[in-house]
Amino acid sequence: MKIAVLSGKGGTGKTLVSVNLASAAEESVYLDCDVEEPNGHLFFKPENLWEEEISVKIPAVHEKQCSGCRVCVDLCKFNALAYIKNRLVVFDEVCHSCGGCILLCPEKAMNEKEKIIGKIQKGVSGQVTVYTGMMNTGEASGVPIIKKLLNDSRKAKGITAFIDCPPGSACTVMESIRDADYCILIAEPTLFGVHNLNMVYELVKLFRKPYGVVLNKCQEGENPAERFCEEKGIRILGRIPFDNELGALNSNAKIAVRESEKYRTVFLSLLETVKKEVRHEAAVNP
Amino acid sequence: MKIAIPVDEKNMEANVCISFGRTPYFLIHDTESKECSFLDNSAASSQGGAGIKAAQFLVDNKTDILLTPRCGENAAQVIKAADIKMYKTIPGSARDNINAFAEGKLPVLEEIHAGFHGHGEK
Repeated sequence: MKIAVLSGKGGTGKTLVSVNLASAAEESVYLDCDVEEPNGHLFFKPENLWEEEISVKIPAVHEKQCSGCRVCVDLCKFNALAYIKNRLVVFDEVCHSCGGCILLCPEKAMNEKEKIIGKIQKGVSGQVTVYTGMMNTGEASGVPIIKKLLNDSRKAKGITAFIDCPPGSACTVMESIRDADYCILIAEPTLFGVHNLNMVYELVKLFRKPYGVVLNKCQEGENPAERFCEEKGIRILGRIPFDNELGALNSNAKIAVRESEKYRTVFLSLLETVKKEVRHEAAVNP
Repeated sequence: MKIAIPVDEKNMEANVCISFGRTPYFLIHDTESKECSFLDNSAASSQGGAGIKAAQFLVDNKTDILLTPRCGENAAQVIKAADIKMYKTIPGSARDNINAFAEGKLPVLEEIHAGFHGHGEK
């Protein structure tokens, strides 16, 4: 079972929820797909670390074979190639690794070379196997790292996996939820929060994923995100209060479930609700 | 000698465009014939690497001099490789800048910014 945790913006509580759900489960896998700024490992402090570098393929030019036809320059949608003074120049960090230039070069003047864009890290924290994707600063796309991360985690069959997604609804998020059995959307109780919730709500509908919402930072009074869920008929899985104790634990990189009986109960109950939803989905939409 | 300037509109009184890579037009001024032409910048709508493409466009048009308020890293790499000289524009119209350049009043553009995306169009 793979459960993805999403939100339309950063700071809503994706990591809080996914780290605590993974810790509440008896045995689990936690996957940090927020490769631009992974922070789940700060909470888990995983041990027995194992790392693997991730690379993509970018073009290398054989100048002697290049005829200057510019097929590659015209093809590249990201303008990663320029032809100046009878010389082809490749801008490595602009390249999105589509391979089109290598494929179309009539002189076969280009071949692939590896470029390292980041790494994945695996470690253990209690009952949780922690996978973290880490992209080097300035790289174009984290998708190759996320692909490898999800692929590696498939070895852990039969264990519930929690996918901590990047914020927003772009390519990296789509890649992160691709194989998810269920999506948990985290929402803040503001109008801005509703806007961001709507972004991921539309995404999970587009991907035909079963989903539910966790309302985070709940306070007394009106909650626009709750009203949005009621209007759209979205299942509310749970509510996390706007609470000093939780805030203090979290800002000290402590896992609430491991420190506080109260929050152990809160996240265990949320985990049960989510599991029930997934089983229900599996029965209704096999 | 051919001078290129990124401009907001297709006339001599137009303001210099603040963006090099995504300027809508380039004014090309030929100092010998005194002729001016305005070229559409096909790089303006690029998904990425607009600076590289705009620079390539100037190289292909055999530009010798570029007058621009600023220029990113990647575009500057192309421009320098092609031996195009860059000068920093002053506030005012394209015409003001051509005159200022002719009088030797424009400084060489030395400050190259690192781009706006953390990658890409540097």
